Amino acid sequence: MEDHDHIRARVRDLVARHDLAGMTQREFLGHRFDAGLAWVHAPAGCGGLGLSRALQPVVEEELAAAGVPRLNLARNPIGLGMGAPTVLAHGTDGQRARLLRPLWTGEEVWCQLFSEPGAGSDLAGLATRAVRDGDAWVVDGQKVWTSLAHHARWAMLLARTDPQEPKHRGMTYFVLDMQAPGVEVLPLRQATGQAEFNEVFLTGVRIPDTMRLGDVGQGWTVATTTLMNERVAIGGAAAPREGGPLGELMRLWRDRPELRTPGLHHRLLRLWARAEAARIGNERTRQANAAGKPGPEGSAAKLAYAGIAQDISRLHLELTGPDALGYDDWTFRRSEMTGSGEVRHAGFHYLRTRANSIEGGTNEVLRGVIADRVLDLPREPRTDTKLPWKDVPR
Amino acid sequence: MTTPHVADQPIPSLIHSDVEDDLRATLRAVLGERSSWQKVLARLDTPEQPYDDDLWKTLAQDLGLAGLLIPERFGGAGATEREAALVLEELGRFLTPVPYLASAVLATTALLSCCPWAESDVAGDLAALADGSTTATLAVSAHRAPTAAFPDTVTGVRTRGAGTGGTAMLTGTVPHVLAADRAELLIVPALLDGAPHLLLVRSTDPGVSVTRETCLDATRPLGTVVLKDAEARPLTGQNVAVAVLRHAVDTGVALLASEQLGAAEAAFEAAVDYLRTRHQFGRPIGSFQALRHRAADLWSELAAARGTARYAAACAAEDSADFPLSAALAAAHVGDIAVRVAEESLHLHGGIGFTWEHPAHLYVKRAMSSALMFGSPDQHYAELARLADIPGA
Ligand SMILES: Cc1cc2nc3c(=O)[nH]c(=O)nc-3n(C[C@H](O)[C@H](O)[C@H](O)COP(=O)(O)OP(=O)(O)OC[C@H]3O[C@@H](n4cnc5c(N)ncnc54)[C@H](O)[C@@H]3O)c2cc1C
Repeated sequence: MEDHDHIRARVRDLVARHDLAGMTQREFLGHRFDAGLAWVHAPAGCGGLGLSRALQPVVEEELAAAGVPRLNLARNPIGLGMGAPTVLAHGTDGQRARLLRPLWTGEEVWCQLFSEPGAGSDLAGLATRAVRDGDAWVVDGQKVWTSLAHHARWAMLLARTDPQEPKHRGMTYFVLDMQAPGVEVLPLRQATGQAEFNEVFLTGVRIPDTMRLGDVGQGWTVATTTLMNERVAIGGAAAPREGGPLGELMRLWRDRPELRTPGLHHRLLRLWARAEAARIGNERTRQANAAGKPGPEGSAAKLAYAGIAQDISRLHLELTGPDALGYDDWTFRRSEMTGSGEVRHAGFHYLRTRANSIEGGTNEVLRGVIADRVLDLPREPRTDTKLPWKDVPR
Repeated sequence: MTTPHVADQPIPSLIHSDVEDDLRATLRAVLGERSSWQKVLARLDTPEQPYDDDLWKTLAQDLGLAGLLIPERFGGAGATEREAALVLEELGRFLTPVPYLASAVLATTALLSCCPWAESDVAGDLAALADGSTTATLAVSAHRAPTAAFPDTVTGVRTRGAGTGGTAMLTGTVPHVLAADRAELLIVPALLDGAPHLLLVRSTDPGVSVTRETCLDATRPLGTVVLKDAEARPLTGQNVAVAVLRHAVDTGVALLASEQLGAAEAAFEAAVDYLRTRHQFGRPIGSFQALRHRAADLWSELAAARGTARYAAACAAEDSADFPLSAALAAAHVGDIAVRVAEESLHLHGGIGFTWEHPAHLYVKRAMSSALMFGSPDQHYAELARLADIPGA
């Protein structure tokens, strides 16, 4: 209770001292960071107050009560969802001081340089090399499917530093300045026509050793923090009933009786129940873990979310009537940092959600995480984990 | 604009408090010892049949669990549906053959609903239920959906007095009644002088006979109640009988989801254990990806079912405006998942899972018959459609 009051007082003080009307959202976010109200579980000076994670909702409630608009995570989704938790967990004081504030305000956008043409589900097989050169590292390799690389100032980079070691042990984690010489970002056109993601070529890129996150050879441990938070970011937020795409679908269903058929009704009812059950189940998990770190439950939430989102968008397209056969725009263009504001044809959402079962770990990979980490089932036999990485067949 | 039905309700706490965890631990210890599946199975072949009356006495009298929903002024524990749901989770886990759902949930809820106008008439019976000295049931067919028309197979006339103080005489038959042969008190929905009423009948009175039925789930027998000019005490006037019955059955449906959850969790855990220990092709079968992934999917679905069942119990406890919807959702959704988990558990055990000497079939029978109890999944989905404003074609 004392902590609650402390937080409430700080929020009131923040709002009293900084009039939102007189500044940009970004400036206000900066003040909020300085007041320790960005993420209260972070240490003082890093946007937090060193309090329990469970108290974050108190901040949001109090801000909402003061009329401050809800946060738009789209200002920096990868940075906020994954970059910040990783830097908080593994970063040095210097890294935290340099990186966290502009990440939080959205001034510096982040991306994730993990996947490669030869390493997706088998991320630990990656081949991008980082070689020590004095107090820096020199990086060569190719990354792919990198969302938002074209907006990003910083990247979470996982690279191989010791090919003699088995795959999981020879990697190191870096924070890469995307403006460094030798970084080349090329758009990749997606099934939807637009380009959210990119190929990123790294040629002789120098990273100062001060931008290494965690110890040399500890890249996999650090990356696990990133991945656990990714799945929570994708699957985990508390949502209202009929929130998001389901709400759109229900509006269409209620407004256009002439589109309804018994078969669609049967499917819609079951989908509604599945979505509502997943929402309540997620909320239970959230309550149970409010004070803890994201764990494998996030993988379960993401798995459920992917299937539900795919089925909702498909039903929506089927319910669209004759216009379902159309599309709005195939132009090859880059995505913008606008969040979800843009209204698109149902076909766009149908296509975009096909990626939900791939991005952030495929459904198969997530089932494996649950089988290993939650159910503690016997592992699948593997031939690749004990060999030096350089000897693994590719 | 969202419709009022769909208006977002804040989700109450769905995790257990320390007190609730203690209750669970106590219960699990008792049931683990006295209601192992071997013991449950062995009872099915004895003439005394499945009920474990001694265990029921322990649970109802010594642990005071029959009185959880009953207020303290009648000698009950004054707890809520949350705690009753937790008890049902554990009873489901062990398939414990005791009349908890019938007596401590359905009949008790019906009697409690009558308190506003008939408190002095039911206080004695509630006290007897609370201390475990008597057992009751709601004499409706377990196959009847909560939304079905008021039962009309029992009819009667008033013999003395008006209102809830008098007496009546009932004649008729009610099949598929839960725990019929264990109940001393029958709460009977009937048409009295042509109008819906709930009445109380003592099963030991003349004109009352009960026969046990052979059931798909032999661990939870049903019976047929036959009344022939049996004496009865009206508990409701005609205006409230429909609502009282509906509330009792809705509560039963909402809490049955917790029992289904508990049984599904046990069936799932048994399957996972087997996946770890059974070897084929030189490795534990749980290392085959096809099975690992099936187990992961079942676990994810159970996580959703757990939330849904707990939500329905919490809504009942808080008398939430969302209670009817939460009950329909739990009945429709948890039922489906529980059946799937039980079926998969049997399958994952291979041939041994299909033998009488293995508990897998007990869980399939319990899951399937529970899913068909108090409304089929289709009927629950139809009710959900109405409550959530999802009109059909
Ligand atoms: C829209 C989108 C955005 C993305 N953004 C980013 C990003 O910002 N940064 C980033 O680093 N990556 C990003 N990714 C990459 C994503 O993480 C990978 O695509 C994903 O991990 C799968 O890897 P892959 O594409 O190499 O497929 P593969 O790993 O080759 O998988 C092919 C198929 O095989 C299955 N499979 C693979 N291994 C197994 C196994 N052991 N058992 C069973 N099935 C298996 C997979 O499930 C899949 O169905 C993005 C992807 C998409 C679609």
